[in-house]
Amino acid sequence: MSDREITNLRLQAFALSTLQTVGPVAASIALGLGLAGLLVALLGASPTQFFTTLWAGTLGSTYGFSQVLFKATPLIFTGLAVALAFQARLFNIGAEGQMVIGGLAMAWAGASFPGLPFPLGVIEALAFGALAGGLWGAIPGLLKARTGAHEVIVTIMLNFVALALANYLLANHLALPETVRSAEVTAGATLPRFSDFWSALRGSPLNLALLLGVAAAILLELWSNRTPVGFSLRVLGEGPKQARYAGLPLARLTVFAMTASGALAALAGSNFILGYKHYYEEGFSAGAGFQGIAVALLARNRPIWIVPSAIFFGLLSYGGLVVNSIVPRELIDLLEAVILLFFIVFDRMLRTLPDRLLLLRARAPETP
Amino acid sequence: MRGVLRGGPSTMVRGGARWIAFGLALFLSPGCGGEGAKKDGHAGADGSAAKSGGTAPYHVGLVFDVGGLGDKSFNDAAYRGLQKAKTELGIEFEYLEPGEGSERDAALRQLASGKAQLVFGVGFLFTDDIKKVAAEYPDKKFACIDYTWQEGEPVPANLAGIKFREEEGSALVGALSALLSKSGTVGFVGGMDIPLIHKFEAGYRAGFLAEKADGKVLVNYAGVTGEAFANPAKGKELALAQIDRGADIIFHASGSTGLGVFEAARERKVLAIGVDSDQQAEAPGFILTSMVKQVDVAVFESVKSAKAGSFQGGVRVLGLKEGGVDYINDANNAQWITPEVKAKVEALRAEIIAGSFPVPSK
Repeated sequence: MSDREITNLRLQAFALSTLQTVGPVAASIALGLGLAGLLVALLGASPTQFFTTLWAGTLGSTYGFSQVLFKATPLIFTGLAVALAFQARLFNIGAEGQMVIGGLAMAWAGASFPGLPFPLGVIEALAFGALAGGLWGAIPGLLKARTGAHEVIVTIMLNFVALALANYLLANHLALPETVRSAEVTAGATLPRFSDFWSALRGSPLNLALLLGVAAAILLELWSNRTPVGFSLRVLGEGPKQARYAGLPLARLTVFAMTASGALAALAGSNFILGYKHYYEEGFSAGAGFQGIAVALLARNRPIWIVPSAIFFGLLSYGGLVVNSIVPRELIDLLEAVILLFFIVFDRMLRTLPDRLLLLRARAPETP
Repeated sequence: MRGVLRGGPSTMVRGGARWIAFGLALFLSPGCGGEGAKKDGHAGADGSAAKSGGTAPYHVGLVFDVGGLGDKSFNDAAYRGLQKAKTELGIEFEYLEPGEGSERDAALRQLASGKAQLVFGVGFLFTDDIKKVAAEYPDKKFACIDYTWQEGEPVPANLAGIKFREEEGSALVGALSALLSKSGTVGFVGGMDIPLIHKFEAGYRAGFLAEKADGKVLVNYAGVTGEAFANPAKGKELALAQIDRGADIIFHASGSTGLGVFEAARERKVLAIGVDSDQQAEAPGFILTSMVKQVDVAVFESVKSAKAGSFQGGVRVLGLKEGGVDYINDANNAQWITPEVKAKVEALRAEIIAGSFPVPSK
């Protein structure tokens, strides 16, 4: 084989892997937006107005973009939570419940220690939140490791338990009178907003939780690629039998993965509780725990890709409000679902593409 | 107030269920999780057919609470008020339906930064957000339905907080129950056990005892969480227990939990009283009346005064006198509310309005 042929093959491989990585994302987004335009027209509104309003209200203005990032922040955390568990092939559908339990603990801790100055108060509140969310996440991990109970069922069910428990605690102990929210956290447990430093963002709730999220994504990426535990987790994910043969402590890894996942999901609450409203409120999670599944899926569970994926979903989420006076909100939900479905289909198609090409080539001589 | 509360938790649970279904769909099969638009005729930026006058029509923006348009109760009533203002006052309006959690102030800000001259927040959840946004846009007017307010608390000059005296309307249906109950025992089913709902209970009890001092009011609450506003099975169970103990009229203030109360009334052939809007259609023949909160009137009147330039900030409390609460009396319930019965209830109304019958609120 000549050098030229090898270079050619390399180029082909590169082109294929690029196509496989970027192709499904680009194609599904393009198709989804096209379909949205069609639906807007069917609803009797103007697609041009729809897209210009969407653009101007989100990416086209500083304030709008900051709102998109604000929406993306909790999704970074919940996306990371789902992705981390998935590296060990564990489906954590319970990020919502972990976020609720962790958020309640975070709000309580943030309001309960008034003496702590700025960074300490935040760290303490985050620690309590992560601890509570981690413990909540550990339950399905333990059940899986000890009894083999499927984590999908357990995490789904625990979501309901978490909501009921949080509502009960809120209603009976933590809520201020005539409201469905807790007391405000202390000044020392408050994450500063970007608008404090930059006047163009006046009124924007974007806060330092975003940077925490990005830092978490980078750290998790490094951790899962460069540390023995991160590697073990991936081995477990690739094949439990092989992992057992390699002598890895499967039970401990399972519990660890779910605990860390729960702790990450809990940190998603920091955006709202420490950075935005400064209290826990019924419904504050707004489905971010569930949306984290979609975020992780689009990012193919790679921690570093979670950030752009979360921003994309944040864009749709805030965009829904921006275009709400033109089209019903459900249109954006629909768009989200359609893009994901396209993505799953394209991803599968392109992943099996090389095999099918090989098959064609192998058959080629036989066909006349 | 109750209406909003109900909107909150129940939609949260519904939203959660939807997302779980969505998550499952991702893993189990590539089924489509997209819901069709559940609302009929989303008119979008209404009033595109602007009245062609010399000046642009008055522009009103409104943000619905989490329940959203189509809840057959609170939000729909606010929408009716807007539509009435559109046909009678020639205004144009637009509305937003933010989801749960974090978008309320973003939605208010979006409307305030646009064409809207008056911006509504529908529901007590808006209290903090609208206060903040009103301060950011001093040249715009704001109004909040079911504003949460403690006596003496300052309110921005460009914000009108609207509250209702639910206890006064409840007192009227309480008196009505006393006049029509054969057993002398009636029931009250509340949703979540909180001061808000206690107002309904206290008013109902006071009105009932005013007409039947030796009668008995059985009281039950469906729970202590938001779930309590969305639990028809529990509502039915509580109502059946009250009927077993002799109640022959039951008033509910419990959101969709009340649908269970109606079911029990239908099963045992007793009467039930609806709440918030006219609930006659939920169990025809078994709904004595409904204690209604005139959210539509409040919205309409606010638009009218703002348009006329007589907008006033501060808190306004709407009771019987202001037409903010009332009970339904029409052809559907004329068989029970005879002229004699009505005369007595109306006499109580006059006393409440005159202030000679103070209605307790807790």
